[in-house]
Amino acid sequence: MWNKRKEEEYPPKPAAAPAPAASHVKENAPVSTNPTPSHTATDSRGPAVIGKSVMIKGQIFSREDLTIDGEIDGSVELHEHRLTVGPNGKLQAGVKAREVVVLGTIHGNVEASDKIDIRKDAKLVGDIKTARIVIEDGAYFKGSIDIARPEIGKPAAPSQPKPASAVTPGANVPAPAATTAAAGDSR
Amino acid sequence: MLKDRLRSEPFSPLLHSQPKKSGASSQPQIRPSNGLDQFFSSLQGLENLSILDFSGASQANVSFITSMGHRIYSNDVLRTMEEAFGSDGDFVANQADPLRAATFLRESVDFPDQSFDGALIWDTLQFLAPPLLQDTVDRLFRILRPQSSLLAFFHAEEKAQTAPLYTYRIVESKIMSLTPRNQVRPVQYFNNRSLEKLFQKYHSVKFFLTRDHLREVIVRR
Repeated sequence: MWNKRKEEEYPPKPAAAPAPAASHVKENAPVSTNPTPSHTATDSRGPAVIGKSVMIKGQIFSREDLTIDGEIDGSVELHEHRLTVGPNGKLQAGVKAREVVVLGTIHGNVEASDKIDIRKDAKLVGDIKTARIVIEDGAYFKGSIDIARPEIGKPAAPSQPKPASAVTPGANVPAPAATTAAAGDSR
Repeated sequence: MLKDRLRSEPFSPLLHSQPKKSGASSQPQIRPSNGLDQFFSSLQGLENLSILDFSGASQANVSFITSMGHRIYSNDVLRTMEEAFGSDGDFVANQADPLRAATFLRESVDFPDQSFDGALIWDTLQFLAPPLLQDTVDRLFRILRPQSSLLAFFHAEEKAQTAPLYTYRIVESKIMSLTPRNQVRPVQYFNNRSLEKLFQKYHSVKFFLTRDHLREVIVRR
């Protein structure tokens, strides 16, 4: 009996013994176990994020919504998704997305198939092509805005009396000299 | 003859960004504008035009112009002036600096010839000193297409020490809203004759003097 009880009491000790082992595992946890939770978090917590201390030079393609709060020098394409440029985000890049929300700075041409939202204190220097645009008071924008309307069986030929040799301002982007350079650098 | 009133002390029209409290409200004033009416009448029936807007991007102007089927090129020229001439020293004297003047012209009116079918200049020209003013007006002539219109405003009250600096927004084709930004002293005042001389290269100049001492000018390229 006594022996049995002692045996029964024993297990707790060995059970206590694993504790240090468990704590040992915990030390490794940041390396070995973190990726698993982070995967699930990415899938369920919304857009991918490029943080404010990140700087990227090159092309970014994304098949999910993306928030950029860092610096990008290149191009950004999210054809069917939303790009958010955070308050710290600085893009020297051409941008193509379904929807673009700007709280930071973009130097480059922006094409959004659905909507561009330029928030207060945002800065966008470049030409815009979009279906809808929202500009908050206090936003700075320099460039041309071309509203792309869905064609409803209408011939493309406009009724404007433009000289054939005329160059559209959007094409040459002057003040956008900086803009053009930015986009040029990026590609 | 242009009646210059160049200030001797350092001056920048945008440095003092608070509206003066001399009884003037900072609430937007909404009023009809014959100049605006004439400007949009000249665009009637046309689509896919390119319009230059010097007031800076605003939802009102962008929505109004793009809803007519036109493209808008937006630039806050007062801010460009401030960056070019107002960072240090005297705002007016700095306009004589060739480097600064070139920067301003590049940032505000550097487009290929005949790029635009209309220009909304608002009251920006009255903050430019004569040599640069004429250069700017000449550049505008080049970048506008023949028969196109330019709308500019000039404060007409010469006795006033300062004139209100407004943010201009289009409400309808005949109506605009003016939100006071500041009280400033224009670099110079213009009368009809001086304006005709300023725009002498253009085809015609038409004036509308309003009750609030704003001379609205429609210039035909």
